Amino acid sequence: MPDIMNSLYNIRLLDSLARKETPVHRMHPLVKVLVTLIFLIFVVSFDRYEVIRLMPFFLYPVIIFMLSDIPAIPFLKRIMLAMPFVIGIGILNPLFDKHILLINGVAISRGWVSFFSILIKSVLTIAAGILLIATTGMDKLAAALRMLKIPKILVLQLLLTYRYISILMEEVARTIRAYLLRAPMQKGIHRSAWGSLAGQLLIRTYDRGQRVYHAMCLRGFSGEYNTGDNARLNIKDYVYLLCWALFFVVAKIYNIPLIIESILAGVIR
Amino acid sequence: MSHHKLEFKNVHFTYPDGNKAINDVSFCIRHGESVGIIGSNGAGKSTLLMLMMGIIFASHGEILVGDTHVTKKTLPMIRQRLGMVFQNPDDQLFMTTVYDDVAFGPRNYMMDEEDVAKKVNYALEVVGIPHLKDRAPFRLSGGEKRSVSIATVLSMQPDILIMDEPTSSLDPKSRRKVIDLLKSFEHTKIITSHDLDMVYEVCNRVIVLKDGRVMADGAAEEILVNGELLEECGLEIPLSLKSCPKCGSTIKRVKECHIENL
Amino acid sequence: MHMADALISPAVGGTMLAATAGVAAYSVRKIQNDIDEKKIPLMGVMGAFVFAAQMINFSIAGTGSSGHLAGGMLLAVILGPYAGFLTMASVLLIQALFFADGGLLAFGCNVFNLGFYTCFIVYPLIYKRLTRKGINSGRIFAASILSSIIGLQLGAFSVVLETLLSGKTELPFSAFLMLMLPIHLAIGIVEGLITSAVVVFVWKARPEIIESSYKGKEIVEGFFPGKEIIGSSSAEKEIIERFSPEEENTDTSSPGKSYGNVPMKKVLVSFIIAAVIIGGVLSWFASSNPDGLEWSILKVTGGTEPEITNSEPETSNTVHKVLSEIQEKIAFFPDYEFKADDSVTEKSGGLSDEEETWPAVSAETSVSGLVGGALTLALCVFIGLIIGLVKKKKMRKAV
Repeated sequence: MPDIMNSLYNIRLLDSLARKETPVHRMHPLVKVLVTLIFLIFVVSFDRYEVIRLMPFFLYPVIIFMLSDIPAIPFLKRIMLAMPFVIGIGILNPLFDKHILLINGVAISRGWVSFFSILIKSVLTIAAGILLIATTGMDKLAAALRMLKIPKILVLQLLLTYRYISILMEEVARTIRAYLLRAPMQKGIHRSAWGSLAGQLLIRTYDRGQRVYHAMCLRGFSGEYNTGDNARLNIKDYVYLLCWALFFVVAKIYNIPLIIESILAGVIR
Repeated sequence: MSHHKLEFKNVHFTYPDGNKAINDVSFCIRHGESVGIIGSNGAGKSTLLMLMMGIIFASHGEILVGDTHVTKKTLPMIRQRLGMVFQNPDDQLFMTTVYDDVAFGPRNYMMDEEDVAKKVNYALEVVGIPHLKDRAPFRLSGGEKRSVSIATVLSMQPDILIMDEPTSSLDPKSRRKVIDLLKSFEHTKIITSHDLDMVYEVCNRVIVLKDGRVMADGAAEEILVNGELLEECGLEIPLSLKSCPKCGSTIKRVKECHIENL
Repeated sequence: MHMADALISPAVGGTMLAATAGVAAYSVRKIQNDIDEKKIPLMGVMGAFVFAAQMINFSIAGTGSSGHLAGGMLLAVILGPYAGFLTMASVLLIQALFFADGGLLAFGCNVFNLGFYTCFIVYPLIYKRLTRKGINSGRIFAASILSSIIGLQLGAFSVVLETLLSGKTELPFSAFLMLMLPIHLAIGIVEGLITSAVVVFVWKARPEIIESSYKGKEIVEGFFPGKEIIGSSSAEKEIIERFSPEEENTDTSSPGKSYGNVPMKKVLVSFIIAAVIIGGVLSWFASSNPDGLEWSILKVTGGTEPEITNSEPETSNTVHKVLSEIQEKIAFFPDYEFKADDSVTEKSGGLSDEEETWPAVSAETSVSGLVGGALTLALCVFIGLIIGLVKKKKMRKAV
């Protein structure tokens, strides 16, 4: 039950965040999708023992986060919630890779290095994903997918699924509440009610699907889903895309942390 | 304006499971009329609406919209002229923003996005919800959802409005808003409902269904005070038409009576 | 079971995305041609149903624990393989976006692991075969459990392969497999039990729902339950005819079926080629990356003094050289050495390399990296704070 409420809260939060008006929100959704994908590819393309070189990539989530007015605590919480699986797999690295590296006289297991690399990569990739949806929203994302030539059927179906998630979750919450009120000592749904509880829900869903279909037909639906005209990309969008792409490429080719440090070292000397 | 009429001629309909839902129904609704279709649960109201909209087809008899038969071929044309508001707005509002939902119908009939925008804005204006344009339907209140579903139909500029339980599960204030809205429309209106007070206020003609048959068809003022008939069909006289428990007077006088007492 | 971006390489992610795109394109065409458009809203709400159903905790008798539905098999049974696959894809996309459950780059992997095997391998080969002689509770039960288990095992195996090919973890193949398969066997049994309970219930209450996905067409009007009972010989024949594997083959090769104006075969072939090219290009992109492990791993041969092996490994191609030249030009530390990673090639390091002495690292370069990294991170945060300050000032002005 708290699960359902959390999920609903989460969807609604992201939905309301996506309706804010900030420079990032005003960017064309297609550009945001592309920048996110490029970012992900670059972050992931780094080798498994890479930690330091990933640091410059924090610039992207930090800037977008600051520009887009996203509340810090739910944002960090979402990143944390998504981490356990990655940590679970990554934590095995130190167990299996016991090569020792001597760094500045301190011995460090190579496995730990690769574990940290995975950890940082997952923070970066998860943050990028959350920032994308929180600054774009499902409807605009769907428009971007249409511009990427994703078939209409898929996009329409994606929108429908998103639209009905909250309705069905509320329905499930009511059903479970009704069940638990009459079965106070149980942790979950008893085996004897597995089929009927979920099955009834499925049947109701199925019928709803048909009513929705009828509602669509009554308004002229004939298998073709017509989207409105998509907003064109303007110069601002191209500049945004280009700047980030350029930055990622530079951060990939040059070792920015080393450069920064050597400049500093030069200054100190 | 004969093309605005809607006619049922000896219509029968049987579901695949043998349930005879509509049994020899005939009536004719003319331009500008507002008709309430009432009856107990399972009397055949919803089936009747589905037959009108061509979601299902009559096993016998014919249904005419204007001079056109309701058949598979004529559906696109007919559905452009009939606009139906569903009982559950969640079945009708399937897009992720109010604007897209109201634009869904117009977009299916024409491609020009400028025209679509005009129609959408007009519909939102009429219903009084331009401010909800960019909201997500699942985050609206029940009353707002109802207004949006009415707008989704109005944006198609239908000749005839068909509503299934337009006031169900609304709070009194939202209900009042919907009733006022309905009264302001000059469309031909067909309304099914159990809210007989609303039917009395909005409709000038009432058709009573029982077990798939038409039991009565006439002026609202006559049928809605006929206690015997309504009782027989599983209904009762609307509250606003009942005799005042204090002085025994009926309808409009009820208000006066209470005002006097106050 | 949802894979995260951090655990895959661009090559694996890109290849799987291309493969998923291919299967999805094929499914979309199938739906457009074979199934009436009634299925589209049904797919939408069924996708939402999977979300909602995942929230239900089913208590498992005797264990004190509870399981929940993943829904892949259920979607295949209710919607048929093509619609089921597409619905799974949108469910996974929303999970990735809104719950960070599975990454965006790993999206292709996840759709493939959770959707492809259930819809296109297990469903036609196991579920269909077991139930084609007519449906009854026992057959649904057996078919659901078996399909769920095998589907999840295939998916888990695929997760292992994808992770190892990506080379981000050190897990040896066998250990990873021994970890994943038993866990997913248990999950598969629970999933199968729940799926069968649901399917049996729906089949008893509303047989036409289960039936319609078999026929692939014609959903009986759903406002009142229609009573077409499956199992009559004609229905059986139809089912067998429609879903025998031969039909699939003749289908793809028949010239009449096309995607737009392009024959289906060409579409599929071009997707396979695209997948190979993307995989190839991206893996080159990954391996020719010029960074290597500048600050750390330098192998030292046993016994001798720590010495920097300056061998350019296999990746030394022209692009590499150009890039390393650039790198040298901008290297401010004179003793900074460019190294490509040579350790990636040893998959299961550790045991066999034990004779090797400890690799040592030039102290200066290693410190340099650490300090620089910290500085970079601080700089990022600093820039963020400045943006925040500027915004606050603007806000005040606006007020």
